[in-house]
Amino acid sequence: MATEQLLGLATGIGFGFLLQKGRVLRFDKQVGAMLLRDMTIFKFMLSAILVGMVGILLLSEMGVINLSHKPMNVGAVLVGGALFGAGWAVMGFCPGTSLGALGEGRWHAIFAIAGMITGAALYAECYPWLKQTVLAWQDFGKIGLPDLLGVSPWLVAVVFGLVTLVAFVWFEKKGL
Amino acid sequence: MAQTKKDGGWNPYLAGALVGLLAIASVVATTHLLGKTSFLGASTTFVRAAGLIFQVADPEHVEANVYYAKEKVRIDWQFMLVIGIFVGALISSLMDKSFRLERVPPTWEQRFGPSLWKRAIGAFGGGIVAMFGARMADGCPSGHGLSGMMQQSVSALVALAMFFIVGVLVAHLVYRR
Repeated sequence: MATEQLLGLATGIGFGFLLQKGRVLRFDKQVGAMLLRDMTIFKFMLSAILVGMVGILLLSEMGVINLSHKPMNVGAVLVGGALFGAGWAVMGFCPGTSLGALGEGRWHAIFAIAGMITGAALYAECYPWLKQTVLAWQDFGKIGLPDLLGVSPWLVAVVFGLVTLVAFVWFEKKGL
Repeated sequence: MAQTKKDGGWNPYLAGALVGLLAIASVVATTHLLGKTSFLGASTTFVRAAGLIFQVADPEHVEANVYYAKEKVRIDWQFMLVIGIFVGALISSLMDKSFRLERVPPTWEQRFGPSLWKRAIGAFGGGIVAMFGARMADGCPSGHGLSGMMQQSVSALVALAMFFIVGVLVAHLVYRR
């Protein structure tokens, strides 16, 4: 294996290890969040975003990295996001956690993985048509919230941090 | 907290914060070692896996498809990352003895019973719809939810809101009677 593949594998092992320790891989945790009964995956995810955001912003301002926003294509994000949400609820895994769930023995994830590979193949076949229809509606391009709002990214980070902390206090108060 | 202690897991805030550090380290490592910044993600790998599988049956068809050409069918950094998630979860669950061979998850069983067939159809069908959506939206809870949110992308915020709002609605329709 070359450096690229080894680095990916090592990073993935760390990621899978932490996902498993946080107990966020399980069907019941994912569906529990969607049934608003158990906010474990949100505690995990929002903590990751908060820490990651500060580091990524610093790296970007130091010029070490360039941000790579995914395009705000209206049809793609709204229709695709809705389809993902619907499928996620029934499947009970997301693409990354399905492999992790399989790793911790929840072998029914294999059907989810087979379904997702099929869905990806189906998308590849539909892509030329989608590109001229749903994907062509409106594309605002690769934009960040600070550009959209005309404010400093650090202000966005502070507001995000405050909202997140309020959510955490609320989760703990409600025992979610 | 009490609940997480009972099942031997880590505090989810701590485990999540460590993923944040891993994401930062990963961005620095890919930039320095590979010369190209890569952010954590997972769903493009399913396109590459589909391409690799269909290449066996019909290589010309895969080669002619613009989407496979766009995403490049190869075992890249992210492909190995996704395999690593499997390995990392296996190691962690064996270490703390939380590894369980699970046929049908409890929440599913309460609603649909112990049938493996029903679960298989739900997982497979849900997987098709979810991945079609993730590719259309150009990301999943890793690519949009973690990496996009860390970068304060507008698309990530909207995608994550859609994932969750529709997920909540459909989950209530499906699992609540």
